[in-house]
Amino acid sequence: MIPKKVKEELRVRSIRNGSVIDHITAGNALNVLKILDITGTTKAIVSVAMNVPSKRLPFGRKDIVKIEDRELIPAEVDKIALIAPQATINIIRDYEVVQKNSVVLPNVITHVVRCPNLNCISNSTEPVYSKFSVLNSFMLRCNYCETIIDSDIAAYLI
Amino acid sequence: MFKKKHVVSMRDLTRDDVEFILDYAERMMPYAKAGVRVLENRILALLFFEPSTRTQLSFDSAMKRLGGSTLSLTSEESSVLKGETLADTIKVVEGYADAIVLRHPKEGAARMASEISRIPIINGGDGAGHHPTQTLLDLYTIKKESHLDNLDIALLGDLKYGRTAHSLAYALNMFNANIALVAPEGLQMPKHIVDTLNSVRLVEDVDEVIRDVDVLYVTRIQKERFPDPTEYLRVAKSYRLTLRVLERVRENLIIMHPLPRVDEIAPEVDQTKHARYFKQAFYGIPVRMALLAILMNGSI
Ligand SMILES: Nc1ncnc2c1ncn2[C@@H]1O[C@H](COP(=O)(O)OP(=O)(O)OP(=O)(O)O)[C@@H](O)[C@H]1O
Ligand SMILES: [Mg+2]
Ligand SMILES: [Zn+2]
Repeated sequence: MIPKKVKEELRVRSIRNGSVIDHITAGNALNVLKILDITGTTKAIVSVAMNVPSKRLPFGRKDIVKIEDRELIPAEVDKIALIAPQATINIIRDYEVVQKNSVVLPNVITHVVRCPNLNCISNSTEPVYSKFSVLNSFMLRCNYCETIIDSDIAAYLI
Repeated sequence: MFKKKHVVSMRDLTRDDVEFILDYAERMMPYAKAGVRVLENRILALLFFEPSTRTQLSFDSAMKRLGGSTLSLTSEESSVLKGETLADTIKVVEGYADAIVLRHPKEGAARMASEISRIPIINGGDGAGHHPTQTLLDLYTIKKESHLDNLDIALLGDLKYGRTAHSLAYALNMFNANIALVAPEGLQMPKHIVDTLNSVRLVEDVDEVIRDVDVLYVTRIQKERFPDPTEYLRVAKSYRLTLRVLERVRENLIIMHPLPRVDEIAPEVDQTKHARYFKQAFYGIPVRMALLAILMNGSI
């Protein structure tokens, strides 16, 4: 049985178990899929809604991603926080939302985005992972070369 | 007290740290020529994976003035190590020396080295990146030859790519300087740095500000930044500091330059009472002596 409240606003099929990533900054659903490594060959049942009306998000639009039978790991949540700082991650069990978490921007992200500076030590053959300080939700600074990423963070996701 | 183990970027240092280093450098001044044996039996490794004669010579001199000795690896010899990672080289050299000065073509190399090294790492310049001892000696020069508090300073030249200017602007802001950034179109300081400065003015023409500053810090405009050679010549000419530009400046204006200069300062300017660039280069010795003594606990 599908609870009435959910049914009313469901634009895609309801899921028994899995995750709903809600309030994704409009335009970033495909980046979320990329972070979750969901490609054309993925077996999981995934539904995506884009540009859904939302009172809470800028420009009144949001994207939603629903994945069946999967719960996200912290590293994935950190990446989502970067590109969709207002996202809420709902865990669904037996058709009900059993847990709802907002994402939190980490202070430092390791091995999440690639430094745009090709001469940066983090882009060399040295045994080192990229590391960025998160200055705010749209500005990252490389801990090695101090290059700033302040636009299109999604393009640098590893 | 100074608690940092490594000196990699100005960003790691607080105003207290900087003042501590500058005060220490002042106490080192009498020994910058005479020497003082506080680092006897200590060894400083100079790992220069890219040539920088000036920085290497001044660290070598500073360490020897402190009674210590140096091991050096020049850029040619470093090719022997090709194939070995910098990370491995650091792990080996930390067994041979008490501190390392690292100059490397990759930006962030010194930061990575500091994450793996058990002995202090001093960044001697990483590619187009940081060169904190240059900034410290610049600050020391300003403090000695002018004043650090409420300073009026103009930075002139390529402020977009010239990281010397970025790190100096960052440091001067800690001392509440009023900073005029004088750069040709397209070579102005990046916005993300300008935004962090509390009192800043952007201009294209040095004549607009030169009468209102205590320090004029000149940097080089590199030819490579201009696709059009005639455009380069035009800009280089208009940014050249000559006696004419210095008419009616403040009595005690000082002119600084990180050196080497090409033709951004006319030789006649050397004879004026304003020129301080050679003195600035000399101050690299007491400042580096201070840093070495601090990091290797050789107190004076
Ligand atoms: N069983 C389900 N299958 C698919 N989607 C679901 C299911 N249950 C809830 N959702 C979706 O998960 C999101 C969160 O559900 P919830 O019922 O908490 O909505 P809400 O009260 O609007 O929450 P919020 O305050 O986070 O917006 C909504 O987008 C909802 O459509
Ligand atoms: Mg809702
Ligand atoms: Zn970098």
